[in-house]
Amino acid sequence: MRAALTVAARELGGYFSTPVAYVFIVIFLILSGAMTFTLGNFFARGQADLVPFFSFIPWLFLFLVPALTMRLWAEERRLGTIELLLTLPIPPWAAVVGKFLAAWAFCAIALVLTFPLWITVNILGDPDNGVILTGYLGCLMVAGAYLAIGAALSAATKNQVIAFVLAVAVCFLFVAAGSPIVTEFLSDRIPALAEAARALSVAERFNSFTRGVIALRDLVYFASMIGFFLFLNAVVIDHRKAD
Amino acid sequence: MADALIAIERLTKRFGAFTAVDDVSFTVGRGEVLGFLGPNGAGKSTTMRMLAGFMPPTSGTARICGHDVVDQPVAAKRSLGFLPEGAPTYPEMTVSGFLGFCARIRGFRGSEANDRVGHAMDLTQLGGVWLQPIETLSKGFKRRVGLAQALLHDPPVLVLDEPTDALDPNQKHEVRGLIQSMAPEKAIVISTHILEEVDAVCTRAIIIAQGRVIVDAPPKALERDGKSLEQVFRELTLPGKEAA
Repeated sequence: MRAALTVAARELGGYFSTPVAYVFIVIFLILSGAMTFTLGNFFARGQADLVPFFSFIPWLFLFLVPALTMRLWAEERRLGTIELLLTLPIPPWAAVVGKFLAAWAFCAIALVLTFPLWITVNILGDPDNGVILTGYLGCLMVAGAYLAIGAALSAATKNQVIAFVLAVAVCFLFVAAGSPIVTEFLSDRIPALAEAARALSVAERFNSFTRGVIALRDLVYFASMIGFFLFLNAVVIDHRKAD
Repeated sequence: MADALIAIERLTKRFGAFTAVDDVSFTVGRGEVLGFLGPNGAGKSTTMRMLAGFMPPTSGTARICGHDVVDQPVAAKRSLGFLPEGAPTYPEMTVSGFLGFCARIRGFRGSEANDRVGHAMDLTQLGGVWLQPIETLSKGFKRRVGLAQALLHDPPVLVLDEPTDALDPNQKHEVRGLIQSMAPEKAIVISTHILEEVDAVCTRAIIIAQGRVIVDAPPKALERDGKSLEQVFRELTLPGKEAA
């Protein structure tokens, strides 16, 4: 675990010594803020909560998180540093977990920087801060699931554009699975699949967090999503080190 | 050999139908500096990558200090200092930041990590650039950063893929001196295209072509018939000339 944390610390430092971090954070803050106040009708709703903000997060992350993960392994292959990283005396999973943790911590930093929204809503009204906190936890869970998916796909291809497009597509599947369009379509035709699609959906799980509910099954869902894709990532890296 | 720190046995690597390394066996003991020679594409880097545990062999085994690189990868890598081809490093990191990372990941902490980094930078003369991002350095400095990374933990086995590539003549001289000074304590494998280097530092030379070991002898023995090492190399590795 110590090796994983050392890798994570290096990675996180790497984000901030390149423009990647600043571009990501600025774009994220602008888009999330803009969507909350325009599309989300933050003022017109007349309610002191962050629901308009949270409702856009799975969709915003859908594009921003794969932009973060597409370079995770592809860049190491391009620079040849993968040969260095994987000949250090650490098990491959430590490198996989380290990279994931760094990206996750980075997403957490970006989420923390949306605190002006939280201050605003507390000045304007009297929101339930517990619900807001679980909402943020839900955002972090969604980010973790997307990151694990994106990282595994980045390991599978040398090409950053392919990694990005595939990650967006796979993440989209997991969000869209719970949307009314998909579930209604499926329940009309194949009812058995509708239930399965809803159970697999990221959006469905995320919504219970934004309502202030931390259910064990939702935590298990996100943990197993992250665990599964990190495992896949480690397997891919182990088998395709040199390609 | 009693004290074989590197033991490669019948190592083979195939990429599809192409055999990059074909049934290579050798051992390297403490105090030996093995020069790994061969034309481009002969399988030098592939052999070194397998030895470093980066590429799994198709068949055969490689051991470092008795640890199999496939079955006990972490133990084998702990005893190994590896300079990959092209000396890759993280370009955005500073020299000391990068070496500090390598020290921490090898389990050194606090003042010991600092001492290790300082010592490695002294050995490779990086003191003047320790706060510079690696991407701003010249090729020669980048190569030495890679070398410093391989020496940092004072490993018993060194595998260096073209350690003097891109260095100027003075720096080449320094690095050769460094290798010679470490030689009695370690088993060292270097690959190179510079034949004079083999004469200068190696106690033994292996010439490899098309994935096979053609010659395994001390450099002096190769030059016996009044031929230069270059003549021998050309005779052995040019196609059509290997009658044997």
